[in-house]
Amino acid sequence: MAKVLEVEDLTKTYPSAGRALTVLREVTFTLGDGDTCAVVGPSGSGKTTLLGLCAGLDSPTAGRVRLCGVDLGPLDEDARAGVRNRYVGFVFQSFRLIPTLTALENVMVPAELRGDRGARGHAENLLEQVGLGDRLSHYPAQLSGGEKQRVALARAFINRPRILFADEPTGNLDAETGERIIRLLFDLNDSAGTTLVLVTHDLELAARTGRILRLRGGAVQSDERLRPEPAAMEKEARA
Amino acid sequence: MNEGGGIRWILSMAWRDSRGSRRRLLLFVSAMVLGVAALVAINSFGDNLRRAVDEEARTLLGADLSLEADAAFPPEVEALIDSLGGRQSRRISFASMAYFPRVEGLRLVTVRAHEGEYPYYGAIETDPPEAAKTYLDGPNALVDRTLMRQFGVQVGDSVRIGRRSYRIAGQLLKTPREADAAMLFSPRIYIPLAGLDSTLLSRGSRADYEVYFKFDDGRDVEVLGENLRPRLRKMDIGVDTIGEVRDNWDEGLTNLYRFLSLVGFMALLLGSVGVASAVHVYVRQRVETVAVLRCFGARAWPTFGVYLVQAVSMGLLGALAGSLLGLGVQLLIPRLLADFLPVDVAFSVSWGAVALGVGIGLGVTVLFALLPLIGVRKISPLRALRSAFEPEHPERRDPLRWGLYGLLAGGITLLAVVQAPRPLVGVGYAVGLAVVFGLLAAVAKLIMLLARKYLPSSWPYVWRQGMVNLYRPNNQTLILMLALGLGAFLIMTLFLVQQTLIRQVEVSGGEGRPNLVFFDIQPDQLDGVTGIVREKGLPVIDQVPIVTMRIAAIKGRTIEELRADSTARVSWAHTREYRSTYRDHLTEAETLLEGDFVGVMPENEDVVPVSVERDIARDLGVALGDTVVFDVQGVPVTTRIASVREVDWRRLQTNFFFTFPTGMLEKAPQFNVVLTRAPDDDASGAVQAAVVNAFPNVSAVDLSLILNVFDEIFGRIAYVVRFMALFSILTGLIVLVGAVVVSRFQRIEETVLLKTLGASRRQVLRIIAVEYLFLGLFATLTGLSLAVLGSWALAFFVFETPLVAPPAALLLSLLVVTGLTLLIGLLNSRGVYDRPALEVLRAEA
Repeated sequence: MAKVLEVEDLTKTYPSAGRALTVLREVTFTLGDGDTCAVVGPSGSGKTTLLGLCAGLDSPTAGRVRLCGVDLGPLDEDARAGVRNRYVGFVFQSFRLIPTLTALENVMVPAELRGDRGARGHAENLLEQVGLGDRLSHYPAQLSGGEKQRVALARAFINRPRILFADEPTGNLDAETGERIIRLLFDLNDSAGTTLVLVTHDLELAARTGRILRLRGGAVQSDERLRPEPAAMEKEARA
Repeated sequence: MNEGGGIRWILSMAWRDSRGSRRRLLLFVSAMVLGVAALVAINSFGDNLRRAVDEEARTLLGADLSLEADAAFPPEVEALIDSLGGRQSRRISFASMAYFPRVEGLRLVTVRAHEGEYPYYGAIETDPPEAAKTYLDGPNALVDRTLMRQFGVQVGDSVRIGRRSYRIAGQLLKTPREADAAMLFSPRIYIPLAGLDSTLLSRGSRADYEVYFKFDDGRDVEVLGENLRPRLRKMDIGVDTIGEVRDNWDEGLTNLYRFLSLVGFMALLLGSVGVASAVHVYVRQRVETVAVLRCFGARAWPTFGVYLVQAVSMGLLGALAGSLLGLGVQLLIPRLLADFLPVDVAFSVSWGAVALGVGIGLGVTVLFALLPLIGVRKISPLRALRSAFEPEHPERRDPLRWGLYGLLAGGITLLAVVQAPRPLVGVGYAVGLAVVFGLLAAVAKLIMLLARKYLPSSWPYVWRQGMVNLYRPNNQTLILMLALGLGAFLIMTLFLVQQTLIRQVEVSGGEGRPNLVFFDIQPDQLDGVTGIVREKGLPVIDQVPIVTMRIAAIKGRTIEELRADSTARVSWAHTREYRSTYRDHLTEAETLLEGDFVGVMPENEDVVPVSVERDIARDLGVALGDTVVFDVQGVPVTTRIASVREVDWRRLQTNFFFTFPTGMLEKAPQFNVVLTRAPDDDASGAVQAAVVNAFPNVSAVDLSLILNVFDEIFGRIAYVVRFMALFSILTGLIVLVGAVVVSRFQRIEETVLLKTLGASRRQVLRIIAVEYLFLGLFATLTGLSLAVLGSWALAFFVFETPLVAPPAALLLSLLVVTGLTLLIGLLNSRGVYDRPALEVLRAEA
């Protein structure tokens, strides 16, 4: 199984009121192709910090992150942006659509950044898949919360990422819409074979992934595997 | 393939991202428009003016060549004039009293007595037009239009100059070589030279003798002028050719329009501060978008490029709009400066000026926009996850930011130097501007600090909330302080300097001091003049003999020797005519600085001990004990500097560079000045009329005349400066509107929150009113304080007089600017309360 995310002794410290505040300490785990993992924990446990470091949005104080075989440590911000563009997709709690861009343009952004000439076609297909084929030229302000998150999902998958980071993807949605979004997220994930890292408070949702990483006070409290990883399942099937 | 953002992506993102903000972006850029308009208008006008002066150079002189002296031409020069040939005209100009019998009006004027066909190029414009030619046919006069209006005299009335009466044949409208403004100092009257009262040109009276040439043989007049100049300079005869006149006007007018363009430049800078502030807020509103783009793989520079493209496009639009407006404004300028221009300036588009305006407008916009924009490179993608994430002072560490500060300072100084008459003036201007900007910014920071630290908690809620708005994030304190403060500073400085100077002249003629001067009184007329003055019940405050002389040698070297020595500095002080007096005492206006004042010529001494004024001593390079030989109308008189005096020139009395002891010059040809004080205009008019009737060669000047002229001249200059300051004020208002609009979006959120928490419309409006009231008040107060400080410095160091700062005028400007700020603030905030709460709260979520 190819390793997509390797996290080794990851520590993050912020200076706070004249002293060092450690928000993440010596976290280690590895995810392979197609793995799904939920990061859970109370507020302030370091979930979002871990996600930011894994996605190369921030640099660790100590430890190492390898994303699809690329060690992020020595890379500068622009090089990390390149890695993100090639391998990473994001879904945020508050959607983070660009308000001045239409739904279609929002989805096209990562592909256009890559220089993909077929960005428009791919984006249209994806929006069709998430059920927004008739909303292509709508601006975020003209969409409902659920529709916004569907656009965000389409945007996350347009570059066929190896790994998808989702930060509380249902946090701003009602239960019914949230459920639809989660189903869509897992469907897209399954069909693309993408590794998924899901940050959530929702234990029910976490239980739908293959592995739950519990954080408390910045450290891994438990690392629970709920079902075999797809690679292991493949092995079992072959056996 | 350009992974992370190529040019195509930058351009399309710039276009898409600007959606919904284009109107706002245009508003920000409109702050630049007026500054660019001012620059384009003035520079384009300057180009037209230079072209007009080049084309009209012949009419500026009115002839091919002129010779000018302040005494009748000596026989050898007359011989030279004869030998030059061509067509010739003569003119003698002198100051004299003009008397209009019908209205019993009396005024000191410049009389120009003409003979011949001058002007050969251009024309004397008169009403009626034919009078320009016919006035030479008999005892006719052409009288300056303003003077005729002033006295209510008409064509057909008579005017007396000396002992001769002339019929007014027409009004003088325009004459070669003279700008209208010169007429204000001394109105012109043209009369024929033939039949001139010769007593007006008696010894000691000052007159200019000119001869004008027109050559029809195509000779190179510039070369002729070059040949004549060294020979005639020795005899103090000036030689003017068309080239010389053109160069002089070119230089003077270039300085004039360059000065005006500095004012336009200030409006531009003010606008750019507005742009910088608006872009700063704009970028702040784009932080999340940038963070998302960075998350999905956009590199730092392409992301910065998106916003740079927007800034460049807006700058270009603003600069183009400004240039177009500038061409429109250019049409107004000739009318504005008409009094100061020697030629009519036709309108034409100067593409060079337009290009310069677009270039400067675009350059300044982009430079100022870059300051907030370079921060885009440093926006962390982590902001997409945590909107509260703030990196640790990345901006201060950014070396590019410091580079930009340097570029801005260098760029502004360079622009100021390009626009200024002299490089040093440009540097001084840039430094002055930096000081004013710095002070205004410092006061803004101080106000924010004070509001934060010392806001009394006992104040009512709306007052506290309004005051808190002065320092909270996205506040407008700094930008409004700069825009309004600078405008108030400019206009009030000008006003205060004007008031101070007028007061200075008024004081100089205060109680007990002379306010009426009679001059050109011949020795045999002195008793007669003082008799008339006393007869009218007025005091003879002083009577002063004046002897004209020139310097022949200084410290053993003749002026010719000094001139021949290229290392010696020969100035006007060496060659001018000196009017000196003799007396045995110092006056009230004089202070002895060095040596002994010798009042009486010591017996048995050949060298005359004289007293010299400090500044002229410095110009001449003489000190105590040095010898100066004067040529007193043909007689050499050797003197030694016995004392150095300081003179208060502001007093309306006779002051001198050199004073001689008594017992030396009494026999020299001389004339006298008599000073008196008239209690009112009627008494002044009556005594002037009586003296001039009895002694036509005697002239009079009274203080009220000087005051009027001064007021008029200053008024016209102030008109021009105010017109230019208007650009700055209007820019300030646009910046104000821009700042209010920028903050409106944030206001809406806050207002809705306040509304949700139970604030009434009245409370919300009062909070906004308090904020703008204080902003306007603080900004104007600071601007006014700086204006008072600046005017005081000018009054103290330059004019050496106490500052006049009328409290009523200061108060009025304070009320007007503050009121305007409050009004614009409230007008722009209208409707803020009416936004549905849910709409905003939902958007927040």
